[in-house]
Amino acid sequence: MKLVKVPFKGNIWEYLMVKTILKYSCLAGAASLLASPAFAQEAPEHSVFILNSLLFLMAGFLVMFMACGFCMLEAGLVRSKNTTMQLTKNISLFSIAAVGYYLLGYNLMYPLGTWSVDGVFSGVIGVAVMEAVGISADNADDISYATTGSDYFFQLMFCAATASIVSGALAERIKLWPFLLFTLILTAFIYPLQASWKWGGGFLDEMGFLDFAGSTVVHSVGGWAALAGALILGPRIGKYKDGKVVPMPGANLPIATLGVFILWLGWFGFNGGSQLAMGTVGDIADVSRIFANTNAAAAGGAIAALILTQVVYGKVDLTMVLNGALAGLVSITAEPLTPTLGAATLIGAVGGLIVVFSVPLLDKFKIDDVVGAIPVHLIAGIWGTLAVPVTNSDASFGTQIVSILIVGAFTFAASAVVWFIIKAVVGIRVSEEDEIAGLDTSELGMDAYPDFSK
Amino acid sequence: MKYIIAIIQPGKLTAVHEALLDIGITGMTVTEVQGYGRQKGKSEIYRGAEYTVHFLPKVKIELALPAKMVAKAIDVIKTASSSGKIGDGKIFTFDLQEAVRIRTNETGESAL
Repeated sequence: MKLVKVPFKGNIWEYLMVKTILKYSCLAGAASLLASPAFAQEAPEHSVFILNSLLFLMAGFLVMFMACGFCMLEAGLVRSKNTTMQLTKNISLFSIAAVGYYLLGYNLMYPLGTWSVDGVFSGVIGVAVMEAVGISADNADDISYATTGSDYFFQLMFCAATASIVSGALAERIKLWPFLLFTLILTAFIYPLQASWKWGGGFLDEMGFLDFAGSTVVHSVGGWAALAGALILGPRIGKYKDGKVVPMPGANLPIATLGVFILWLGWFGFNGGSQLAMGTVGDIADVSRIFANTNAAAAGGAIAALILTQVVYGKVDLTMVLNGALAGLVSITAEPLTPTLGAATLIGAVGGLIVVFSVPLLDKFKIDDVVGAIPVHLIAGIWGTLAVPVTNSDASFGTQIVSILIVGAFTFAASAVVWFIIKAVVGIRVSEEDEIAGLDTSELGMDAYPDFSK
Repeated sequence: MKYIIAIIQPGKLTAVHEALLDIGITGMTVTEVQGYGRQKGKSEIYRGAEYTVHFLPKVKIELALPAKMVAKAIDVIKTASSSGKIGDGKIFTFDLQEAVRIRTNETGESAL
């Protein structure tokens, strides 16, 4: 949009009115359509295509910022000697996801009906290709849907989110390059393949599996990959000593809290954008419901963790409240549209309860998950997927359970195989000495806060 | 000349500083330290697991002063830093052999 400044001739009220319209039509591109008189009688041609694409772009950059949320959450919950490494992993994994999804992932995930194994494996192998520069409506890939560029951009961000989930669980002990190699395989192959079974129109979709924005397809997949990694990698040195759990408190809770607020914000794009359309009254009303329900679930999760930690431990544990909000968000992700605000709050609250109970449970099995990624994304993701039939009569418990098991078995097995191969070939864990010194010094030679100690 | 090291609760530093200024003590060195005495750390819960914080945060104040002021200084530090609860800290005094002001080469009490 271009704003041309011209001298205004008229009275002050007209001036203010025009100025206000200009201001708001520039702030939101969509609003300019409302300001045009033609819109009152008839929607402009291809407005559905344009608005759908706009939804993908706006939701896409919100989901992109979730990468920052994950990064801050993890940087806050690791010890200060591993901060630079965690930041390095997060910016690297996000960038590698962009390459992996481009090279193979996008076409693997969206075969558009061309399967090499029907409903299971895409028949389109190759890089993602966008529409040409400056297309007309006739040349659009799908004028009834949205631009391919916006669709690719939006879907890439989901793929990157899956990779972000893994990095937190394995923090403080995994080597940088082996981790990034796993990220490439996860984002180019493992995530897109299983996502094609549901969102690419594959066999899980045919079965009637419902997962609106990815409690299973995104979050539990990140969680399964993280679980396989955490089991093969082993706990941090000193985490489990003489049968007792030794807590290793995070270095920067303000940064961790900032991360959770950023994730919460990004989630409106994650769930809202997954409506995949906003060109009609029905669609924009649904997107609005989803935004409000997503917020309600996060609040429910946080409040549940707030109350539960007070009751169980005698005082509130902020890190659990942060995890609780995220678990609420993951829980509502499988079905953010059909619940009422009350139901969404309750679905999120159950997610918050799950986190408070499953964090110590993982410790019992000596599975060391630094930031609580497995309780939040895997366990609350399973809960969210199971909760879909409660508010959506199109879903069935049986299909939901079978789909959770299929996606879980595939992702866990595929991830485990990749982790084992990487471990055998190059090793995945830093030496004991390097781990104790901290990865910032031993792997990178760069402290996050050099001035504090020198 | 005497040298005092006082270990106090971090929250009492301002009160101790002001009290020492009031009796005319014009310099001190302050360090953030960690340690334990009879209190022996404390128990906390992080993400569902109990752990003991062995070393609690304290503030260490060091000051050099003429011998005749020691009793008064100890008295005001004690008054200003006491809460009556366990963990209030300790005050140690030492004989101080010599003091030198680097800028002027003054020595002894005139260097304090």
